[in-house]
Amino acid sequence: MGKERVAVVGIGQTKHQATRGDVSMAGLVREAAQRALDDAHMTWTDIDAVVIGKAPDFFEGVMMPELFLADALGATGKPMFRVHTAGSVGGSTAIVASQLIQAGLHERVLTVAFEKQSESEAMWALSLPIPFTPPLHAGAGGYFAPHIRSYIRRSKAPDHIGMLVALKDRQNGIKNPYAHLHEHEISFDSIKESMMLWDPIRYAETCPSSDGACALVLGSEKVADDAMAEGRQPAWIQGTAMRSEPTLSAERDTVLPLGGALCAADVYKQAGITNPRKDVDAVEMYVPFSWFEPMWLENLGFAEPGEGWKMTEQGATALDGDFPVNMSGGVLCTNPIGASGMLRFGEIAMQVRGTAGEHQVDGVRRGVGHAYGGGSQFFAMWVVGKDKP
Amino acid sequence: MRDIAIISFAQTPAVRRIPEVNEVEMLMPAIHGALSQVDMTIDDIGFTCSGSTDYLAGVGFSFVSTLDGVGAWPPIQESHVEMDGAWALYEAWVKLQLGELDTALVYSYAKSSPGDLPMVLTRQLDPITVAPLWPDSVSLAALQARSLLDSGNYTEAQFAEVAARSRRSALDNPNAQLAWDRSAAELLGEDYHIAPLRKSDCAPITDGAACVILAAGDVARSKVKRPAWIRGIDHRVEPIHLGLRDLTVSESTRIAGEKAGVADGPIDVAELHAPFSHQELILRDALGLSSDVNINPSGGALSANPMMTAGLIRIGEVANRISAGDVNRGVAHATSGPCLQQNLVAVLEGEA
Repeated sequence: MGKERVAVVGIGQTKHQATRGDVSMAGLVREAAQRALDDAHMTWTDIDAVVIGKAPDFFEGVMMPELFLADALGATGKPMFRVHTAGSVGGSTAIVASQLIQAGLHERVLTVAFEKQSESEAMWALSLPIPFTPPLHAGAGGYFAPHIRSYIRRSKAPDHIGMLVALKDRQNGIKNPYAHLHEHEISFDSIKESMMLWDPIRYAETCPSSDGACALVLGSEKVADDAMAEGRQPAWIQGTAMRSEPTLSAERDTVLPLGGALCAADVYKQAGITNPRKDVDAVEMYVPFSWFEPMWLENLGFAEPGEGWKMTEQGATALDGDFPVNMSGGVLCTNPIGASGMLRFGEIAMQVRGTAGEHQVDGVRRGVGHAYGGGSQFFAMWVVGKDKP
Repeated sequence: MRDIAIISFAQTPAVRRIPEVNEVEMLMPAIHGALSQVDMTIDDIGFTCSGSTDYLAGVGFSFVSTLDGVGAWPPIQESHVEMDGAWALYEAWVKLQLGELDTALVYSYAKSSPGDLPMVLTRQLDPITVAPLWPDSVSLAALQARSLLDSGNYTEAQFAEVAARSRRSALDNPNAQLAWDRSAAELLGEDYHIAPLRKSDCAPITDGAACVILAAGDVARSKVKRPAWIRGIDHRVEPIHLGLRDLTVSESTRIAGEKAGVADGPIDVAELHAPFSHQELILRDALGLSSDVNINPSGGALSANPMMTAGLIRIGEVANRISAGDVNRGVAHATSGPCLQQNLVAVLEGEA
């Protein structure tokens, strides 16, 4: 009993923006899916199964929207599956889709993740009160600010690290035509002067609220070999992993979550990575608030605990650094929540395939895609590479 | 495919309304029941997968609270689908196919009681062209029933026979919500609820939860004497728009049944997820079940219909009958969406 090989053979995404008033939800997912199919040199009829993911249905006000989207996604008569694992969902959805091929059930799977946040107010949709549970009433920023303060206290990181991350990601985003934010005028000072929302998170260190979708076509070894023979480099999946931990548990460390570390260890083992800092060429990680870059650098084993901020400060994570992180501009430039994880997974696959355009980094043979969700408790990661595993 | 079996199944007794406990508390007896029946704890589980919907819970990320109750420390391999638990079972079955893990815990739950269920379900419909009309789920099913009558293939009397037989079968099911012994003729004397459906043609509204444990090969054999092996499982979807489908047949069920291998051997029992009596008739035809197949001995969804869970219960009910040695080969079916839009079919079998 072995796993079949799987590769990413098609990648598509929408133009992301605050309100995509020009398309319905169906139009949004179809825009991304059609681009992924075109990229894979396939049509709708080539697809065996569709796996769709998104965050809470309250964001759009449609219950289980995959039911009404089945037609738009060409799923008639096919299996259609809906994943929802909080903010990590874009990553988990791609992983669930890849497993359908690994298990030998299908040859070509279309996986799509989306959020059309303009349909509602995401911050408050995230803050609905649950009986007997402490009310949040502060959106994600209010929830994560204490984690960041704890990180700063423990690591003794200087104040400006978060602003450096925001500046880097926003500048990277200018090179990404699909990114929501294209802030040509951004500077360190403009970030510093932006309003403090949830101390220490400033407005300019916060992700936007976006409409957007991402789609991937995953193919079996044969499908990927055929693409390769036609000169289209597949991104081979060398490992996938998911981990979850509880919301309320006295043992948890939300600054360095054990679930994230175990997820990383699992996926590196599958990919044969022994020294993540050396063996990985680039990373797309889920950084919705600037300070999560150094926090995740540590959690994912790219830096020792307390040392991640030094990589940021030294410029290692810049587009021209020796360990580029979020070349696309990341979640800080584009955040359709349900799609954000798949965008990380897809962007790193683009780097491996050499199709990332202006934000392409030279020589990416192997990269990591990372997503997290909930209260830093749901983790999804994959390793993709130029080489067949 | 790798041999995967259902080794344990537990459900909460179906009731109209469970106001005194929250969803997590409602679910816990099902999970711990399933685990204790096979002398396992959460630490023995390789993969956990659940099915639920935020729209019934009334909060975003509602599954996150249940995960806390299940116990996810140290961190676990886990996933969640916004679908009936039968699809969570499908994901777990796929995960076990990869050969790295041997056990999986699958659970699902929903409380329909806090809201007006037929109205809540209108939120599943196309938000631009259909949902603004608020067509409730019973009225949509009635349209389907009407087209089935118009086809000339079935009569209201046959609907009533399904309704009567289901509730009579439920008398033997301690977890059922609706169980009584009344004749089909008596049911036909009822007024229409939404014509041509009578109240007795419709599933009750239920709060409830269920849990299934899956195990691979020898692990399954070491835990129970007679595992219920999953010989085939498949699911298919159709467009949501009623105008794009022939409502008198279920093409997605037919394809799923074919892929799952329903016709590859004799079927002793079938648990069909039909929340309306006429849908059982459509499903029987789609699966090609002969008249001697024992359909819904549990009483089916007409006797207990916890949302997101009634499909998983169908699988568990067939598994229980196989493990008890009562039958050898059975079909379980789950549905989702208006008028049987999406369907899953599993074929279960005892050891040859």
